[in-house]
Amino acid sequence: MEEPWQQERRARGAWAAGVAALLAIAIAFPWVFTNPTTTSIGVFTLIYMAAATAWNSFAGYSGYIPLGHAVFFGSGAYTLVIAAQDLHIRGGYTVFALVPLAGAVAVAVAVPFGLVALRTRRHTFVVITIAIFFIFQLMAFNLGITQGSSGIPAPTPTWPAATFNDRFYYVALAILVVAAAFSWGIRRSRFGLQLLAIRDDEDRALSLGVRVSRVKLTAFALSALPVGMVGAVWAYFIGQVYPQFAFDPLFDISVALMAFLGGLGTVSGPLLGALILEPLQQYFTLQFSSNALYLVVYGALFLVVILLLPRGIIPTVRDRVASWRERRSGSTALASGPDAAGGVLSSEMAGGGVAGAAGGGAVSPPGPSGPAVRRG
Amino acid sequence: MGGAVAKAVVDGVLTGGVYALMAAGLTLIFGVMDIINIAQGILVVLGAYLSYVLSQDLGIGLFLGLLITIPSLFVIGVAVEWAFMRRLQERERTALSILVTYGVAIVIEGILELIFGPNYVQLRAWYVNQSFHVLGFYLPYIYVFGFALAVFLLGVLYLILYRSRFGRSVRASLQDRAAARLVGVNVERVSTITFGIGIAVTAAGGMVFGATNAFNANSGYDLISRLLTIVILGGLGSIGGALGAAVFMTVIEGLVAVLWSPVWATLVFYAALVLVLVIKPVGIFGQRAARAQ
Repeated sequence: MEEPWQQERRARGAWAAGVAALLAIAIAFPWVFTNPTTTSIGVFTLIYMAAATAWNSFAGYSGYIPLGHAVFFGSGAYTLVIAAQDLHIRGGYTVFALVPLAGAVAVAVAVPFGLVALRTRRHTFVVITIAIFFIFQLMAFNLGITQGSSGIPAPTPTWPAATFNDRFYYVALAILVVAAAFSWGIRRSRFGLQLLAIRDDEDRALSLGVRVSRVKLTAFALSALPVGMVGAVWAYFIGQVYPQFAFDPLFDISVALMAFLGGLGTVSGPLLGALILEPLQQYFTLQFSSNALYLVVYGALFLVVILLLPRGIIPTVRDRVASWRERRSGSTALASGPDAAGGVLSSEMAGGGVAGAAGGGAVSPPGPSGPAVRRG
Repeated sequence: MGGAVAKAVVDGVLTGGVYALMAAGLTLIFGVMDIINIAQGILVVLGAYLSYVLSQDLGIGLFLGLLITIPSLFVIGVAVEWAFMRRLQERERTALSILVTYGVAIVIEGILELIFGPNYVQLRAWYVNQSFHVLGFYLPYIYVFGFALAVFLLGVLYLILYRSRFGRSVRASLQDRAAARLVGVNVERVSTITFGIGIAVTAAGGMVFGATNAFNANSGYDLISRLLTIVILGGLGSIGGALGAAVFMTVIEGLVAVLWSPVWATLVFYAALVLVLVIKPVGIFGQRAARAQ
């Protein structure tokens, strides 16, 4: 019988190997599938994976559901095309240098947005993010700087058609890796625990000394960064930015659906959700060139999923595996069974959670491998 | 100028009545069930399309057609409640309801676009095209008729809620689901019927909306964001608040359109919401912190 710390070390090794393998697959993908149609689907998928992950790093951990992240996507997109125009950048790799700027602008937009919206909670919060989203869309239509409904062209790169998509693919992949690392880091950090405490009971977290306003605003602004960056990549890739596509209400709901499908509040859930949904959308658009049919299938699929797996794929599967292990190994697996706290808070986090002290972690044995709370 | 301002106010009040009707359904559903029905916007569009089909293809007048469209949407509402809403778990109910009703909205939008295509249409009748002269400006008859219809249906809603046994059950569920259940209210049945009623009003709202605006399958987004703004301003779950907020917002929007520019009128609509919530997070007419939860 292995000691718990041995088990954990082995699990961590397997986990790291799995991440490395997935990353290798992602890097090799454009070499194996050279068809531009396929790689273009790859670019969109990576963009949405990064956006869904970033969205989840705020929404999943804090329990606030914002439906206005298209504001950051659009801000990033417009930042890239406007800056490229003003700086007379004509294409090529230099344009990608504007991507961090787009992320910074998105954060700058997110701070006042968050200051206003985060004064409210729950459904009021959802609605106010929708309202702010529409304010931005209307501004994009009507302000001089965005040139209204005619849109702004992005610089045109002169790369060969066969490998045209690959540059965008790798830039999007880099942003995705950063976003996923952010999401993972937040989840493991003291900051992440504060967010989870807010999700479980905000008033109690406040009374326990969590600076809720500051924590929420920081997480909100951080989640805007990768979204603004992929918005910029998207703008360069698409070639022309129109208000209704840069500030698209379907973007808001798409990232939320992806996170919910995969598992809200888990690190890998939004990645999986986006990996399933975005290629599906691209396939439908290409295959049937019918947005309407796609809407029907997408909506129906989503309804089926949320009714059958209301907590998302990852937590459901994780619980199934846990209960299967429990049945196989009997009482020793008590500590790693489905945690009593419920939700997507996994047992090892509940053990260190501020508001989750009564969760499943309470029964796990103390020791070097105890509840894995690593700060920072 | 004075005439234009008067027109903006009168227009605002009249269209506000119709928005109030649609918002009343939304806020009623929330109050009883803790569900935010994002599909309310697209259901208004569905109601408009039903009226369109009845009047264009079957020659049934718009107001007469309501006798068909209102029950149809009631049935659709009951079906949606039965198929999805009652399956939501108590925990995370509100958050999940937003996503599920969004999913329903997307499906309906797709179906409408498949059937009717992307072109804008508008309902037609003599009272849509003809106007009469009042206070120095011309007002299409449909505005007055639509307002009268909204007032009438809100009156019916009032009678159902405050003068019937069923209404008492609804109000009990609105105040406290658990307590209502304890005193013998069949909360599930009340919820189903309330959902049906809340959606049935979109048939009437959709008819007036379709007669006063050109619409297509995408019009639902604009509608739902306005309706949400109204119900939040009015305080979620408060029907009276929704009425006040609807008229307040449409008048503001009309005034901005006249005094400043129609381009920014819609923006002011949302900006007003943000401003109000910054000052008073429970909304203008909201009393309690939208349910302490």
